[in-house]
Order: sequence, then structure tokens, then C-alpha cells
Amino acid sequence: MPVLDENESERLHEIRRLHEDSKFASAKMAVFQYIAVAVFVLLIIRFWDLQVRNPGVYQEMADENRIRSVPVLAPRGKILDRDGRVIVDNHSSFTLLLNRETLKPEHLRMIAEGLDLDYDQLLSRLMKFRKRPAYEPVIIKQELTPEEVTFVESHRDPGTFPELMLIRAQRRLYPKNGLAAHAVGYVGEVSEAELDSPDFAKYQQGQIVGKDGLERQYNDSLMGVDGQRRVVVDNMGRERQVLDDKPAVPGRDLETTLDLDLQAVAELSLGDRPGAVVALDPRSGEVLAMVSRPAFDPNLFAGRIRSKDWNALLSNPQKPLLNRAIQAQLAPGSTFKPLMALAGLEAGVITDDFHVHCPGGASFYGHWYACHLKHGHGDIELHRAIEQSCDVYFYNVGYRLGIDRIAKYAELVGYGHKTGIDLPHEADGIVPSPQWAMRNYHRKWYAGETISVSIGQGAVTVTPLQLAYATGGMAMGGVWERPHLVRDPMHPVAAHKVEFNPDNVEKVISGMYGVVNEAGTGTRARLPGITVCGKTGTAQVASAGLVKAMEGSHAAADFANNAWFVGFAPREHPEIVVVALVQGGGESTVAVPVVRDVLKAYFDKKGRRFQPLPSLAGSFAPQPQPVAFLRPAALDRTR
Amino acid sequence: MASYRTFRDFDWALLIITFVICAIGVLQIFSATLDTPWRDAWWKQVVWIAFGLVLMWGITLVDYHTLLGRVPIFYGLSLLGLVSTFVIGRRVFGSQRWIVIAGFRLQVSEFVKLVIILLIAWYLSDLRSEKLEVRDLLKLGGLVALPMVLVIRQPDLGTALTYLPVLIVGVILAGLRWQHAAVIIVTLALVLPVGYYFLRDYQKARLLSFVDPSRDPKGSGYQVIQSEIAVGSGGIWGQGVTRGTQTQLRFLPVPHTDFIFSAFAEEHGFVGVVVVLGLYFLLLMQVVQNAQMAPDRAGMYICMGVAALLLFHILVNVGMVVGRMPVTGIPLPLMSSGGSNIWSVFLMLGLVNNVRLHRFVS
Repeated sequence: MPVLDENESERLHEIRRLHEDSKFASAKMAVFQYIAVAVFVLLIIRFWDLQVRNPGVYQEMADENRIRSVPVLAPRGKILDRDGRVIVDNHSSFTLLLNRETLKPEHLRMIAEGLDLDYDQLLSRLMKFRKRPAYEPVIIKQELTPEEVTFVESHRDPGTFPELMLIRAQRRLYPKNGLAAHAVGYVGEVSEAELDSPDFAKYQQGQIVGKDGLERQYNDSLMGVDGQRRVVVDNMGRERQVLDDKPAVPGRDLETTLDLDLQAVAELSLGDRPGAVVALDPRSGEVLAMVSRPAFDPNLFAGRIRSKDWNALLSNPQKPLLNRAIQAQLAPGSTFKPLMALAGLEAGVITDDFHVHCPGGASFYGHWYACHLKHGHGDIELHRAIEQSCDVYFYNVGYRLGIDRIAKYAELVGYGHKTGIDLPHEADGIVPSPQWAMRNYHRKWYAGETISVSIGQGAVTVTPLQLAYATGGMAMGGVWERPHLVRDPMHPVAAHKVEFNPDNVEKVISGMYGVVNEAGTGTRARLPGITVCGKTGTAQVASAGLVKAMEGSHAAADFANNAWFVGFAPREHPEIVVVALVQGGGESTVAVPVVRDVLKAYFDKKGRRFQPLPSLAGSFAPQPQPVAFLRPAALDRTR
Repeated sequence: MASYRTFRDFDWALLIITFVICAIGVLQIFSATLDTPWRDAWWKQVVWIAFGLVLMWGITLVDYHTLLGRVPIFYGLSLLGLVSTFVIGRRVFGSQRWIVIAGFRLQVSEFVKLVIILLIAWYLSDLRSEKLEVRDLLKLGGLVALPMVLVIRQPDLGTALTYLPVLIVGVILAGLRWQHAAVIIVTLALVLPVGYYFLRDYQKARLLSFVDPSRDPKGSGYQVIQSEIAVGSGGIWGQGVTRGTQTQLRFLPVPHTDFIFSAFAEEHGFVGVVVVLGLYFLLLMQVVQNAQMAPDRAGMYICMGVAALLLFHILVNVGMVVGRMPVTGIPLPLMSSGGSNIWSVFLMLGLVNNVRLHRFVS
């Protein structure tokens, strides 16, 4: 039976198998079909989500992947002298940008190490830019050395630091040794604080703007407009295609009135002594030369100044950043006397035959006022009083004029307010008066102060530019052209004119001619064949008593007198007026040769008696070349 | 014998769908490799497809019962082949998957797929009962697990996993008891977390970045994010052939192999996607239909094995492209560039045809 059963079941099974084979598990296969349908439907729903529901989103992400915007920095305009010679140039350099879209924060430390950057500074710099859109890259280093360029090139692949971007940029190149540094100024990256101020609000984080001098004054025309390139990159960051190219609009070149030859001569002649030189053309107000000492190197600022250099400049007691030509407000000393003489004549308090006896001093209001000449000038009249700078004579003029009339004439010729030169931060100077004393110090005017002011001491202060401006205008017979470094024919400024009696002007000029060409105090300014006129000044910076008390101490040098000289030529139709200030120079005579050098250079050049300097363009070492007529000693001092 | 091998009985619909998908694949490979070192990949693909056709024809000529009778030999050869990859295999991208035979670089694990399909069909069709016994389940599981482990060791987890759906569909069709299924599922749920610790670092990273692609947007998640961007930027109509920026600028990784569907979706858009997925669906249904009309259980198992494997490939590859499956590195059948995969798929379709041609016999 079991055998039969087995055969039976075998047979039945075989029959059933053959019967069922085609339909075997057909229900399960149908389930498989439903599962397949479900899989395909789910996949298509997902594609619908990605491709149809939000069509723009992924397109934008794809564009972000491939499109990169690269800034094209506009080169700043060059700064040229009056003959078109380059004073400030640009040179091509590599600038490193960080693309914040692809930035990985953990890379920063290695990047900082590789490029010799301070990690914390790099971080804080990136923080500063956090409000800017991420597609704008951040400049992290300028002026890359060839080694640094190699580092960047070998590490910017997607596997290492894909956030690094290298662009070529034009960088500011200033003359070496701070030539014309104060007039030209400097550029720098606009700071956080500046962005909040109205003057700089129009600029953007990271932009390089003029911060001082002409660079700041004419920043808008010098700066140009940055362009932008949008490029397609592949996954390796290689440029495949340029989408659009908005070229940079270069800044306009700035043609100044400076004369590189005169500037170089003035720089060399003043040397390292603290002080200033200003040369003006009184006929037009054009500034031919402007020197301030000590100078600084504007190249330090060209990118971002290192804090070490910046602190050194700020903490320097001599204040190298100060443009003494327009910002030093100092007692003019005897250079104030031509104005006193003119005021006296115009007011009618003195005449040609006004004589004074100078015994070496005079007493006013119960005080003794000494003359610089101890044994006195004896009997002295206007011409000789200017020529020999007799203090007693001018005490009397001041005594007769009174402080109000002194102040009136001083302001008339340009003292006590800005000349309006096209440079930032010009100082006003002080023309003291009873109102001034009351307004500023809430005290009454002491009569004796008038006597001090008469010889340019006391509270009266002027800037070197004001002295040149005032003297030039007087020499022109009462016509003051606004001083400027850049001609602006579009916006002419009317000259300031005062109707002086030409005879009175002539009498003062005659005295100033005597200073140089007769037995005066400025005979070292004499130039053969040229009628140089001038006036010396030795201004005390402290009272005589204090100086005596300090004698022999280290601080004594700080109280040494300031030496001034203002000279112009020719006498009849002045073309140039030059002021030299040597701070702590002691005797006024040390300032005289500086003016003489500049005047001589001016007339030598006019008479084509020397080879002008070449342009300073394109060279890393634009060193003022020795000029033939200079004394060797002057050359030695500059090094 | 020759009477049933007529061209009329050949599954022409299957063949035409296959050809259309292959043609789209070749076009996409051409577009995705323009200006790259792989620029002749499309031509190689054409050669592989042509040779695949020959293989398909060849396997159709042999009665599949004959093939089933040789399963123990094929199985032995498979194990030998897999072991040999460790000995003479070419190490590419950090794994040993290939052996070189007569100048061809063959990925043994691709051909093992066929053997697994035949093995399961052979084993299950010999069973006499309606329900699957534990003994058979363990036996069959062990037979499949052995080559799987070898492939995982290469290491190539993705390909190894493709053997599983064949087994699962096979045992379910053979009458898996729900109690057994429950035990298997519970066991797996317990074992998998432990298994995670035995994964390689890159495998872990892939799984983690699958869970959250933004974890590491430049690393493992990068591929998925870039693929989603590519698919999304395709929009409804696509960017056009050779115009997809993700593909052409190579933000998309391997756009002619594993991520070919992403490149396709970028350049042809949702419309293209629906068309191609529709073709795959038709292909799959054609295979299932052949299973339903199979002359015997063995033929049915073979066809359903092929269907299960193809569905798994499509689900995992396309799912990966749209960020719904982890990056496993398994290709899209018929489209992805690669000889071994093309040949193994053509051989599978040849087997399906083979079954079909026997349906009116005996």
C-alpha cells in the first residue's frame, strides 16, 4: 500500500504540476506587477518634485555651481606734475581673493599659514564682510610675492583650497623717500568707521579709497569704476566661458600744478630737518612745490597698512603724517612785519619819514620789549626797519595801529582763515583780537599782547601756505588767487582783491628787496640777475624766560626758535613766492638758502639752464636725481 | 527541436524596447563624455551592445533545461571566478572586481547574477511541495550567501545586494511561510545594526550621507546633491543634449556610468524621464508576462528572477539619482556605460527569450 500510495501521489502530483505550471503563483506575480507599478510611480513622483514643482530652485543652484563673478579692479588714475611727468603710478600685482561660497572654515588656518597671514585678523576680516552677499569674494592679501603666487596656484584645486582666487590688480606706486607725500596723500582700504561717515558712505567694504591729500580730495575722479566678469567654471574651478565682461573704467589721471623739479629741489634742500616748503605762483595760485618734513612712505598704505607701521607713524612725536605746509600753525615772527608795514601805511599811522630810535628795546605799558639786536638799530625808518627787521620800529607801528586794525589787515591778506587750497584738513591759523580772546578764553585782551603781535609773536599763528599766499598777494599789489594743486577751469574761483595804494605796496616791497639785496637779514637768498625780495623770521616757540630756565636740559632743543623765510621774485612782476620753515632751526638764516634753491631752480628752468628730471613712472626706485646746481652738502643730508 | 526556434516566436517587443533604451543610453553617454578622456565610451558601448546581442542569441539557442542541468558546474565556476579576482584581479577604485580574459576586463560578480538566477530556478523547481520547508530555505540561503560574501569582500556591497531580490522573489513564489518570513525579518532587524559596524568607512559614510546629504556637502553627500541639482535643473523639457551644465562641467560625478540617469534627466527633463521610465516599465512587464506564460516552474522562476533583479537595479540606481537611495554604485541596466553589465543584462534577456521559445513544447 505504501508503495501504491507513493506512486499514486507521484502521478497525481505530476498531473497537478503540469496543469498548474502556467498558472502557478500567478496571484503572486500580479502582486509583483503592482509592486513594480508602485516603484515607478514613486520614482516619477520624485522626479515631478525635483523637475516640475520648483523649476527655478535647482536651476539657480546649478548656476551657483558654475557661474562665478570675478571683480575687475579699476586702476586708479595716475598723478602727474605740471609737465605731465608721473608722480604717482600704478603697478601690476597679484591680489588674492577668498570665495566665500566655497569656503571651508577649517581651511582658514592652513591658508593663513601658507600666506603668512595672521589667522585672527583673517577671521575678523571675514566677519566684517558677513553682511555682503556671499558671491562677492573678499580680498585677503595684496601684492603677492612670487612664492605666494606659487602657493596659491598649487593649492587652488578643488581637493585642497578651492576658495582661493587670484586676480591681477593695479596697485599704487608712490615715489620713494616720501617725495611729495603730503601733497599727494595716500590710499587705503576704507575702514569700518569711515563707512559710517557721510564722506565715505558711498564706498563699499573693501574698496581702496584716497585717505589724505590729493588722493582723497580728487578720489572720485581718480578712482574709476570697478568692473565685473561673470565666468562659467567647471568642477575644477577652471574658466570655461566668459558670460559677460563689464570692463573696469580706469580712473582719470590727475594733472597737478606741482613741478617735479622744484619739488625735488625743495625736498633735497630742506633735507631731514622738520619743517615745510611751499612754492606758489602768485599770478594763478598754482602750487609749484609742497614739502613737509618729516615725511612718511605712502607705499606703506598702498594696500592695507600693517598695524606695526601704522602705530609707528602715529606714535612718532614728530608727527610725520602732519602736512606742515597747510597744518602747522606757528608764530610767523618777523615775516609778519611786511604786513604790519603795509597796514601802517594804509591806515596812515606811519609815513616815509616816520622814524624810530631803537636803543635795543622799548617800553610799552610798563613792560620792556627787547629788539633782537641787543645794542639797537639806532635811528631807523621803514625801509631799513624791514631790511634789518627792527622789532622796536614795529612795536611802535603796532602800538599806533591797535589790535583791531592789525587783525583787520591780517585777515584781509589771508591770515586767520583757510586759503581754500584743494587739500583736506587745512588749518585756519590764528589772528588774535579782543573778540578772539573773549570767544576762546573768556578773558580780556591785554594791551601788551598787541606789541607782541606786531612782530609776529604772541597768539598770532600762520601756516606756511598762508604766509606764501599772503606775501604773494601783497607782492601782486593786492590780488590773491586761491592756492590750488589742480587746475579746475570749470569752476573758476574769483581772486580776492584789495585796493592798496601802489606806493605803499612799493615801499614794503622795497624793504623786502633790501632784506636780500642790501644790508638785510636774507642776503643769502641773493641770485645774480634776479630781483629776489624776501623777509626772514625767527619765531620763538616759548617765552624767553622759559628758554633760559630750560637751558642745558635735553628739552631745550624743543624750544629752539623756528626759522622762517619768505621770498618772491622778480620784484616787479612776481612769478613765484616761496616759504621755507625750519622748525627748531634757530636763526632765520637757515631757512633762507632753501628758498634760494627753489627760486634758483625756478629761474634756471625757465632759462633752460638745467636738465629737467625724468618722469617717475614705472620705476620702483624713483629717487630724486641730484640736480647740478645744488650744493653737495644738501645732497648728503637727504640720505 | 528546430520547430520552436522560429523568429516569429521571438519576443520582438522585448527586443525593440531593449534597443530603444540602449540607443538612448548611447546618446547620453556620448553627450556626457564630450570633451573628456572618456569621449570614445559611446562607441565602446555600441560594440558591447553588439556583442551582447550575439551572447543573447547564443544563450537562446541552448535549451534552458540543459543550462539548469549544469547549474552545479556554473556555481562552482562562479566561486572559482570570484576567488580568482582576489588573486589575479585588477584593483580599480580601491576594489578588486575585475579579471582580464582575452583582453576583456570582466566583472565576475555581474555574471554571477545569471548563475544565481539559474541556481534559484534549478533548486526551487525541483521542490515537490506547495510550501517551502526550513531545510530548503536554509540550503538555498546558504548557496546564495556564499558568493554574496565573496562579492562583499571585494568589496562591492551594491552588486552583492542585487542577488537578494532574486532569492526573495524566488522563495516567495515557491511558497514561503509567513512564520518564516517573520523570523527572517526579525533576525535581520537585529543583525543589521550590528552589521553596520562591520561596514567599511566609505560604506558608512555613504549610508550616513544618504540619511542627510547636507552633512558633508563636499564629500559623500556631494554626489547626491549635485545629482539632485542636475535632475532639478532639467525642468520639464530638459536643457537639451550636451547642454546640461551639471553634466558638461562635470559637477555631476561619473555622468556616463552610475549617474547616467541624472545626466539624462538634466538634458531631457521630466518628459524624457517619464518616457524612459515608461520603457523600463514595459520591459519589466514584458518579462513578467513571459514568466506568466512560462511552460514550467523553472522557466517562471528564471523570468521572475530576471524581473526582480531588473526592478531592484532600476529602483536603487534611479532612487540614488534622486536622493532616495544610498550611493551603492550599481549601474542602470542597458544605459550605464560598462561591458560586463550590458552583457549580463543581455544574457538575462536571452534567458527570458529562451523560456518564451519553449512555451508550446511538450
